Amino acid sequence: MLRPAVRSQIKGIPMATAPIVPDRHPPVQRGWYKRNEIRLTPWLFLAPAMLFFAVYVIVPIGQSVWISFHEWDGLGEATWVGTANYDRLLGLGDQNMDRKFETSFWNNIRWLILYLLAIPMGLFIALFLNQTVTGIRVYKSLFFFPFVISQVVVGLVFSWFYLPREGLLNAILGLVGAGPINILGDPDMATYGIIAAGLWPQTAYCMILYLTGLNSVDPEQVEAARLDGAKGWRMLWYVVLPQLKPATFIAFVVTIIGALRSFDLISIMTNGGPFGSTRVLSFFMFEESLSEFGFRMGYGAAIAVVLFIIMLFFIAYFLWSMWRDEKEGR
Amino acid sequence: MFPTPIAKRSRTAQVSYQAFLPFALILWLLPLIAVALFSIKPEADFANGNYWGWPSSFEGFNNYGRVFFESNMPRYLFNSLLITIPTMIGAVALSAMAGFALGVYRFRGNLLLFFIFIAGNFVPFQILMVPVRDLTINLGLYDTIMGLVLFHVAFQTGFCTLFMRNFIRALPYSLVEAARVEGVAEWRIFWYVVLPLMKPALAALAVLIFTFIWNDYFWAVVLTQGPGAQPVTAGITEFNSQFRAAYHLMSAGSIVAALPPVAMFFLMQKHFIAGLTLGAVK
Repeated sequence: MLRPAVRSQIKGIPMATAPIVPDRHPPVQRGWYKRNEIRLTPWLFLAPAMLFFAVYVIVPIGQSVWISFHEWDGLGEATWVGTANYDRLLGLGDQNMDRKFETSFWNNIRWLILYLLAIPMGLFIALFLNQTVTGIRVYKSLFFFPFVISQVVVGLVFSWFYLPREGLLNAILGLVGAGPINILGDPDMATYGIIAAGLWPQTAYCMILYLTGLNSVDPEQVEAARLDGAKGWRMLWYVVLPQLKPATFIAFVVTIIGALRSFDLISIMTNGGPFGSTRVLSFFMFEESLSEFGFRMGYGAAIAVVLFIIMLFFIAYFLWSMWRDEKEGR
Repeated sequence: MFPTPIAKRSRTAQVSYQAFLPFALILWLLPLIAVALFSIKPEADFANGNYWGWPSSFEGFNNYGRVFFESNMPRYLFNSLLITIPTMIGAVALSAMAGFALGVYRFRGNLLLFFIFIAGNFVPFQILMVPVRDLTINLGLYDTIMGLVLFHVAFQTGFCTLFMRNFIRALPYSLVEAARVEGVAEWRIFWYVVLPLMKPALAALAVLIFTFIWNDYFWAVVLTQGPGAQPVTAGITEFNSQFRAAYHLMSAGSIVAALPPVAMFFLMQKHFIAGLTLGAVK
């Protein structure tokens, strides 16, 4: 059956003689919507998602930037203060950098670097589990298990694990004769203790990415490399890892984002302490703008903007990589 | 195929691998096993310093019973469900439509819109916090389940759209073309042609969103307070202050709070993993 549009086209062709069978269908009067259907439909389908996303994500980013140039307690009138919040935060002009900001920033860097360990650790566990023996599927899912648990519970579990008196860690250390250590109570160790807790689910996530990736490694290439005498590290580095590139990319993305988003664990395990030594930017921001320390929304927004700018570097890189793939794919 | 399949290795290698597996697993889950052990111990064991020995009596039913009958835990769990399920439906519905639009049609700004959805999904929560809280208060939705649901739907739409769009791109485009030649209306193509093929993606996203939202803590703290609307992740801190230093009850409470997504994962494992790899790792 021809669509009406096609039929009217045929009808429009001038013909030498009148058609033998006269067209009994009157020309179909199609509405404006019908005529523009292909052009309009995507926008109709996009409208609800765009509306929600704009109201709750896109516009608030702009608003936060705007608020960061104000002093505001969240209730009364906001006063324009120009870049004063940033000056105070970053120590521009004749002031010193906010000490809390300094600690938070360096802790963020620690998180970023150490969190990336989740990728090789995940790969290692994935390689260990990439076998076919009875019950291996159950092992795989149990190894993945920590990722499904909420960070709040992971935080609780680890803070009990670290307890100086009741904790299992010190019970084990006691067995080998090492003295009890209070990881979360020591300003020099607390951040590392929290990062270790965060690495637990993150490693599980990277592991599952690699396990799925390993499924699609081409067995013929591995076999061919094996005939050429490649094995162990060389095989991993030159033959297997290049094929795992998509998995590595996603592991990298989710690990970086996870490191910069760390909030739950810090809030649950130490609440920023001891002596503010475990603060990161996301926690610092929350503390300044929405806690018993006060409602300095303007200052908080400035911290959020700084964190956003740090994240923007990574977002730009991710988008650039995806855009490149998109071009190749078409 | 990599590393060398264990079946091709020596008998000793096979046996030691099989023996090492459970050992490695216990080591990996040690902190969790510790909590599970705590949750079935009687209070007396903690007073006597018997932290790691055999429980002097099995108090599992008792401890978990107290979690359910002597605290706000059931209320928090119910709130979590009321937040999670509508969000799941809302985000999947919105993103299925958006993904269809971005995956099937060519129009100016298609790729730009798609990238805005991806980018929005990566922003730090803190840059949204003050304005979103303000908006929620102005809408009269502060400390309500609705307030949380609306935000979660909006934010998760970014991630879901990324997933849906890529999934639809991978479907054979000729199906859509064939339907168009038949004169099928566009919305019917979505409903009768594309949507049935998207079932695996819908399932993957549904389980994933369930887990993400159930486990959310930050927004629960920012947008709610008190047992009226708080989900279990935020409620557990109140629960822990109620049972301060009663490790057997706090452990039982944490396990209860963590369980629903765990159950979801074990029931829908295949879909869950497909979702986590963002559909990029096949």
